[in-house]
Amino acid sequence: MKPLLSVRDLSVTFDVRRPGSWPWTPPRKLHAVSDVSFDIQPGECLGIVGESGSGKSTIARAVVGTIPSSAGNIMFEGHDLANMSTSERRVHRRDVQMIFQDPLAALNPRMTVGEIIAEPLITHEPHTPRKDVKKRVGALMERVGLLPNLINRYPHEFSGGQCQRIGIARALILNPKLIICDEPVSALDVSVQAQVINLLMELQRDMGLSMIFIAHDLSVVKHISDRTLVLYLGRVMETADSHKLTTLPEHPYSQALIASVPIPDPILEKARPRPILKGELPSPLAPPSGCVFRTRCPKAQASCAQARPVLEDIGGNHLVACPFHQAEHVLAVGT
Amino acid sequence: MLPNRAAVEGAADQMALAEVKGRSLWADARIRFFRNRAAVISLIMLGLVAAFALFGGMLAQYEPDFVNFSLIGSNAYLGVPSIETGHYFGTDSNGRDLFARTVMGTGISLMVGVVGALVAVIVGTLYGATAGYYGGRVDGAMMRIVDVLMSIPFMFVLILMLVIFGRSIFMLFLGIGLISWLDMARIARGQTLTIKNKEFVEVAVATGVRPSKIILRHIVPNLLGIVIVYATLLVPNMIIFESFISFLGLGVQEPATSLGALINEGSRTMQFGFMWQISFPLFFFVVTIFAFFFVGDGLRDALDPKDR
Amino acid sequence: MPLLEIEDLMVTFDTADGDVHAVNGLTFNIDKGETLAIVGESGSGKSQTAFAAMGLLAKNGRATGVARFDGNDLLAMSQKDFNKIRSKDMAMIFQDPMTSLNPYLRVSDQMAEVLMLHNGISKSQAVTEAVRMLDAVRIPDARARVTMYPHEFSGGMRQRIMIAMSLLCQPRLLIADEPTTALDVTVQAQIMQLLGDIRQDFGTAVILITHDLGVVAGFCDRTLVMYGGQIMEEGTTEGIFGNPTHPYTSGLLKAVPRLDVDEGELVTIAGEPPDMSNLPKGCPFSPRCPVQLENCRGERPPLETHDGRRRSCHLAVSEVA
Repeated sequence: MKPLLSVRDLSVTFDVRRPGSWPWTPPRKLHAVSDVSFDIQPGECLGIVGESGSGKSTIARAVVGTIPSSAGNIMFEGHDLANMSTSERRVHRRDVQMIFQDPLAALNPRMTVGEIIAEPLITHEPHTPRKDVKKRVGALMERVGLLPNLINRYPHEFSGGQCQRIGIARALILNPKLIICDEPVSALDVSVQAQVINLLMELQRDMGLSMIFIAHDLSVVKHISDRTLVLYLGRVMETADSHKLTTLPEHPYSQALIASVPIPDPILEKARPRPILKGELPSPLAPPSGCVFRTRCPKAQASCAQARPVLEDIGGNHLVACPFHQAEHVLAVGT
Repeated sequence: MLPNRAAVEGAADQMALAEVKGRSLWADARIRFFRNRAAVISLIMLGLVAAFALFGGMLAQYEPDFVNFSLIGSNAYLGVPSIETGHYFGTDSNGRDLFARTVMGTGISLMVGVVGALVAVIVGTLYGATAGYYGGRVDGAMMRIVDVLMSIPFMFVLILMLVIFGRSIFMLFLGIGLISWLDMARIARGQTLTIKNKEFVEVAVATGVRPSKIILRHIVPNLLGIVIVYATLLVPNMIIFESFISFLGLGVQEPATSLGALINEGSRTMQFGFMWQISFPLFFFVVTIFAFFFVGDGLRDALDPKDR
Repeated sequence: MPLLEIEDLMVTFDTADGDVHAVNGLTFNIDKGETLAIVGESGSGKSQTAFAAMGLLAKNGRATGVARFDGNDLLAMSQKDFNKIRSKDMAMIFQDPMTSLNPYLRVSDQMAEVLMLHNGISKSQAVTEAVRMLDAVRIPDARARVTMYPHEFSGGMRQRIMIAMSLLCQPRLLIADEPTTALDVTVQAQIMQLLGDIRQDFGTAVILITHDLGVVAGFCDRTLVMYGGQIMEEGTTEGIFGNPTHPYTSGLLKAVPRLDVDEGELVTIAGEPPDMSNLPKGCPFSPRCPVQLENCRGERPPLETHDGRRRSCHLAVSEVA
């Protein structure tokens, strides 16, 4: 099957100027994302996990096209994002929509809910009659679980969960092919979080959407996505089927990450082995040579500092960037 | 099934499906503003002053430039404020009706203030929002222009202009318009820098909304709170500024007048006992300026985003 | 005698839109060396309970009821006496360490200040003690880094500094308000392990306030579930997680996706967290509860003790699914 989105060796660097430096001194390069590759099939959901500073949001913005990539290709339906004409880019903007972490900050406080949801439609189909716009907005509000008679309300009159539903409705009004969710539930209360997760999964299934689901919470990512990609300091550590990744991770970083995730079960939690990662995340301005994880890796060897490990396919679409990888049951107790 | 469809349907049954009118942030601010007594009283005062400037002329018994030669020289006892003579506020030292002249002066002073503030709001906000939104080099160039304009001693240039091109209301407006937007542009730019990093702007960019639309639809409405507060505080500043120019004798040209010019004239005859010649224009001047400051204060409290 | 005793605590905020009742009649206690979790969503009143006990309520808030620390009534205490108790006997750490660290002061100065004030020791002694404490919270190279400013540390390190600072006077009670919410999971694991070690080494009682059920499971002896400013259920952590007897607790547990389980669709709790300025008359959870009995909406269920567990629900324990 031809992938909907195909990302190859994507790198994104930012120029960081030292405050007070001369305008002509070359800025330092911050490698937010380096050599990231992945595919998304139509209807598939890819999870991206990583800690803060791992570059997960940068990938999202590069795919949407709001920040330029410095190397590599982003192919959407066979077209390279970098060489798109203005009209092709417009179509791309229709087909890829985004949902954000802070539901209230993502909504313009001076616009009514109806105006917010309709904005993409009015931008891309400016000649739609007002009546049709209103009808579509109303139908969509109902679809995401909002009462359509609240169309003239303002965002501050809604709770966090409802604001996130408004954001979802706005992302769906143009019938996009790919939705990118950047931490869509981490700002929500536990009881509301489940509602939004269920809604997203249901919409994805019913509308045949492809989805990139970015989160720091591995439990949520595992629940919602078919495949999961683990990022550390802008580099892919491991990619695998979500179930396989959480039960039998191969990369030492994935193993540490899973071991750190608390499980709401006191008996299991107190009995579970807890290999805890030592140290701190290195500065992305001066990442370690070779494997970026080696400074905190329990399995690190001298050779890890020499060459950057390649992402190796160990079968079953399971890719690991560690020559010393070994499957380990991190979750299981006594099984 | 939707997670809370049952709940939604239940609620839908209970509520009439009429559209609910939302309470915008503006409506919220209006409610807060009207809770502030000082601001509301000041607003009423401003309304009265404006009404005086607009309709006061109908009550006047004389034209503002009509010179009653019979009064010249006998101002001290014939030109006193009185209902019988029709000179409600008395006459000025040239024997002109002070009531009619105060009406005219108030009108011109208000106009100077409002025009200055309007130029500031329109030019300054758009200029600042554009510079802030595009950022980088565009921002650098646009803001350096503002810096250069600000570094010119404007009072000096304005006085030169008034001397060279002659004194006229148009020149005065031009001069005031030229400086009033600079501060506003800086304020608007600073605010834009924070607003443009908000996620709702990012959403609009990602959706493909054009930059001009983003500035007008997403940035400017969110700037407006601060802009309005600053504008109401700018109006009295402009009035004071004009009064100062007029006080120097360079403001509006006779026979037209402004509050500043009237106060200037009144101050010269004050020592001879013609107290009414300064007190009436001064009263309107002070009331207007105080009212604007109180309204501005009230608006700031009402529109303060921290209060949300 | 329990270390901290809270009895019928009410916290009310006076706002422009009327009174907001953040905590409505809360009763619990914590013994020496014990760990208690207070779990709840936003608006459950969990943080305001801690602020009331620490005398840190916002100006428009007032607390009534009883809060006794070691037999002393905290709510009746003067600010001066309170200052003595705070940090010497009870200390608090917050979600965002930067809010309680002064960005313009060196870490050494901030830590020494506390010690000089409460223990009356010299500056150099105090700094030595501060370094010792930073070592205890495993900040590498503490001797050199003690003179750095807070912003020079990472988020996890700042939280360690906060913990070190709160432990300086060896308090008997530590209140941790969402201490790991702003941190990454691997750092969260480090901090929770550190808190566990500290509790063993110093015998400090800990109240952990959080919304994260996973963190609670690994750390606390007892768990108290709050909703709408009231106790829904309280008991041993094993009991609450293994056998919840309140519809809210069981709903909450089912709503969280677990890493070790392949659940199908998540079971959700309908509706939104409560509006604290407009709480329902009966049980605060009744508008969202899957169980709807006759008196749920009209009558607030009493807090009853049942096999060492306290719960507040009209539904009989035997009928809880």
